[in-house]
Amino acid sequence: MQSDNGDIVKLDRRAFLKLTGLAGGGLILGVTVGCSRPQPVAATGEDGSFQPNAYVRISEEGIFIYAPNPEIGQGVKTALPMIVAEELDAAWDDVTVVQSEIDAARYERQAAGGSRSIPDKWTPMRRAGAAARHMLVAAAALRWEVDPEECETRDSMVIHTPSGRRLSYLELASTAAELPVPDPDDVTLKDPSEFRLLGKRISGVDNRPLVTGAALFGIDKQLPGLRYASYVQCPAEGGRVKRANLEAVKRLPGVIDAFVLESNGEPTELSAGVAIVAVDTWSAFKARRSLEVEWDESDAAKDSWSRAQEEARRLAEGEGRETVADRGDVNRAFGEAARTVSGFYQYAFVSHAQLEPQNTTAWWHDGIMELWAPTQSPQGAKQSVAKLIRVAEDRVVLHQMRAGGGFGRRLMNDAVVEAAAIARRVDGPVKLTWTREDDMAHDFYRAGGFHALQGALDGNGRLTGWRNHFISFTEDGDEPVRGGGISGDVDPGPFVPHYRLTQTLLPWRTPCGYWRAPGSNVIAFAHQSFLHELSSAAGRDHVEFLLELMGEPRWLEEGNLWALHTGRAAGVIRRAAEAAGWGRTLPEGRGLGLAFYFSHAGHVAEVAEVSVGSDKRLNVHKVTVAADVGPIVNLSGAENQVQGSVIDGLSAMLGQRITFENGRARELNFHQYPLLRIGRAPEVDVHFVQSDFPPTGLGEPALPPLAPAVGNAIFAVTGERVRRLPLSAEGWS
Amino acid sequence: MRLNVNGRVHEVEVVHEDTPLLWVLRDHLGLVGTKFGCGIAQCGACTVHVDGVPAFSCAVPAAALEGAQITTIEGLAAADGTLHPLQQAWIDHDVPQCGYCQSGQLMRAAALLAENPRPSATEVDEALDPSLCRCGTYNRIRGAVMAVAGGEHAE
Repeated sequence: MQSDNGDIVKLDRRAFLKLTGLAGGGLILGVTVGCSRPQPVAATGEDGSFQPNAYVRISEEGIFIYAPNPEIGQGVKTALPMIVAEELDAAWDDVTVVQSEIDAARYERQAAGGSRSIPDKWTPMRRAGAAARHMLVAAAALRWEVDPEECETRDSMVIHTPSGRRLSYLELASTAAELPVPDPDDVTLKDPSEFRLLGKRISGVDNRPLVTGAALFGIDKQLPGLRYASYVQCPAEGGRVKRANLEAVKRLPGVIDAFVLESNGEPTELSAGVAIVAVDTWSAFKARRSLEVEWDESDAAKDSWSRAQEEARRLAEGEGRETVADRGDVNRAFGEAARTVSGFYQYAFVSHAQLEPQNTTAWWHDGIMELWAPTQSPQGAKQSVAKLIRVAEDRVVLHQMRAGGGFGRRLMNDAVVEAAAIARRVDGPVKLTWTREDDMAHDFYRAGGFHALQGALDGNGRLTGWRNHFISFTEDGDEPVRGGGISGDVDPGPFVPHYRLTQTLLPWRTPCGYWRAPGSNVIAFAHQSFLHELSSAAGRDHVEFLLELMGEPRWLEEGNLWALHTGRAAGVIRRAAEAAGWGRTLPEGRGLGLAFYFSHAGHVAEVAEVSVGSDKRLNVHKVTVAADVGPIVNLSGAENQVQGSVIDGLSAMLGQRITFENGRARELNFHQYPLLRIGRAPEVDVHFVQSDFPPTGLGEPALPPLAPAVGNAIFAVTGERVRRLPLSAEGWS
Repeated sequence: MRLNVNGRVHEVEVVHEDTPLLWVLRDHLGLVGTKFGCGIAQCGACTVHVDGVPAFSCAVPAAALEGAQITTIEGLAAADGTLHPLQQAWIDHDVPQCGYCQSGQLMRAAALLAENPRPSATEVDEALDPSLCRCGTYNRIRGAVMAVAGGEHAE
C-alpha cells in the first residue's frame, strides 16, 4: 500500500477520508497528511498479510504474534505474546506464537537478563496489540459503512453491536492491511479492569512440542551434511596451546579435522583451544581421549579458593581498603550501643549448570555466517561474531533457539563465537557441543565472597549502626568482577542511620559472570541472615523488627519505579508471615524462618518451614512466598518462576560450590556438583500481592530471600547460625 | 547394527562400537527429543525405555541393544498421535520451564505408571530421583503424575 518513503499509493480517496474522519472517533490514527509527523506506515506484510508492526501478523492463515526475546525457561515466549493478544482481543487459542528474528531496529533490546523482558516490552507490546485492534475495527467499520464507535471486539472478532454483525480478524486482514498505521503512542489502551487474558493461567506455547520430543533447543539443530565439533580449552583460563598431536588426532576414526584456535584476548568470546571436527558427536568426544595438548600456562589463571578463604579471614579483622559508603557516625553508634553483634559470612563460587550444555550450530556459506544458538543475548552474539570473523553485522544471521536453561550463563556468547570460528574452517554446517565437564570447567562463575558484619542496637532493640567489610574479587585490579560488587543502597543500607561499607578486592583471574539475581543472590543471604541475628539478639520478633526498619510507606527514590517501596516491602512481609502462620506453635525440631529481599524491582518475602534431624540433616518442608511484582501476566508461568527460584535457591544453598586450585575448577560434573532432586523439593506456596504498579520481571527476585529464610529457620530450630554457603561445607546435608 | 526404536527397525552404521545409544538416536536417527546433559548417568535427561525399563542412553552402547525394544519420547504418544496421559497432564499442569529435562522425566514417569498405576507421592519421588530438573519443576511433575495416577487428566 505504500512505498518506502511512506506515501500512500493504493488507498482510495473515499476510504482515506472516511478513515481520517474516523480519527476523531474510536480509531485514533495519528495520520496527518502533509505533515512531517507521523508518517503513515505500511500495514501490509511481504505476503500481503496484515502486519501493522513487528509483533502482529494476520492473514487468512491465522493470527501470528511475535515473541521477541530469548526463551530460557522464564516463560517469555508465552507471556510477552499474551500482552499483545490482550490488547488485540485475540482469542488465545487462535494465536500462533512465532519466535522473532534478531532485529534491533524493530524490537530494540532482545535479551534475557535482569528480569527485564516484561517491564521493557509491556508498553510497546500493549500498543502493538491495541494499534492492530483499532485498525481491524476501522476495517470492519469500512466494510459495514458504520461508525467504529458502534463496534466492539472479542475473541478475534469485530462485532457491530447494534446489528450483531460479526467479522473475524482473519476475514478483515486484507482490508486492515490497506489502512495507515496509527501512531502507537496515540492508541487507546485498555483499562486493566477490562483485561480478559492477562492474569489467567496459560500453559506454555512450546509445551506440546516439548513433551513430544520435537527439535526446539539449540542442541537439537539438524542440517543435511552436518559435522560435529568438540572444543578443548586449557583447564586454567588464559592457557595457550604450545603443542598438540593434531596429526594423530586427525587420523582417528570418524575425525574429519583437528586444529588450534588462538584466543582473541576476550574470554567472553574466544579462548585458545583445540577444535576437533568429526562425523558425529561421539567421535569428536572420543577423540579427546587421544588428544595430547601441552599448554603454555605462563599467563594462565592460578586462582586458589583455599588461599582466597585464608586471605579473606585474615583481612576480615580490619576494615576494607576502600570505602564504598559512609553515612552518619558509625563509631559513635557502636560506642553508644546497648548491644553489638558481629558475624563473618562467606559463600563459595558456583556454576550455572544449565542442563543443556553450551552449543551452537554454525554454517559459513555465501559470505554469511548463519548461526543457530541458544543464547540470552543474541544481539551481542551477532556483534561478537561479526567482529571476530571481520564481516558486517548484517552478514551474521542468528536464529534464536530455545535454551535449556540460562540462569545468566548464556549472556556470554563464548560457545557461539567458538562455533563461528570453527565453521570458518569447515566445509558445511557444524554443530559445536560442549561436554558437561567443559561447561563446568569454563563457566563464568558466580563469584564467592565474604562479609565481615557488625551491627549496633540501642536500648530499645532498634538497629542504629551497621558495618560491613565486604571482600570480593577483581580481574582488572580496579573494578569488582561481574556480579561481585555491592553498594550502600542495598537493604538494609537505607534504613540504618549510621552505616559504613568498606571493601577489599582480591585478585582473581578466572572469569566471573551473572548468576540468577546477580549480587542479590548472596548479599541477601549475608544481610538478611545478619538482620535476624540482630533481631534475635534484641529479643524481638523478626517480622516486627523488619516492619519497623521499613517505616512509613514510601519510595526510597521518588519517581523511580525500580526503587524499593517500603509499603510494598511491608505488604509482602505481612502477607508471607500471615500465610505461613508466623508465630504459631510448631512441633519439636521444627521452625520457621523469614526473610525479605528487594531485587530487579521485585519485592519478595519468604518463610521457610524447616526441621533438623540428627547429623545436621535438614528437611525444608514448605516455603511460603509473597511477591509484589505488580499485576501478573501469566499466573501459571509466574508461579513456575517462583517455585523454580525457591528450589534453585535451596539447591545452590545446600551443596553447590566450585573450588579452584591452580586456576582449575575441581568440580566438573553432577556427581561433584549436586542439584536438588525431586524428593527434597519443598512445597512452595505462592501469594502474589498484585499492586497497581507497572508489572516487573519474575525470573530472579524470588531467589535471593530463600537462603536467609532457610538459615533463619535453622537458627529457630537449633540456635545454630548458618554463615557459610554451601551448607554442606559445614556438615549440613 | 539393527536397532528397534519406537517400533521401527533402523539399520545404523557407526564409527565406534561403543557409541552410546544417546548419540545414535540424536546424530544418526534424528531423534533429538532424548537429551544430553551430563554423559555419566547422573542427570537423567537421556532416559529412554529399553524393553520397558528406564535406562540412561548416554551410558549404554547402542550395539548392546540389538534385539531390544527401545522407546524414546518420540514414541511415547500413540501411533495416531494421541498423547500419552502423562504428556497431556504435563501440558495441562504447565509443567515445563526450560523443558530440557522433561522428556527424561516423562519417560521415568511413564515407566513407573506402567508398572505401578497408583503410586504414592513417595513412590513417584523414588522413581523420578534419577532425573534432575535444574529449573525446579518438581512440584508440578509430582502433581501431574499424581493427577494421572488418580485418573484425572486435566485441572
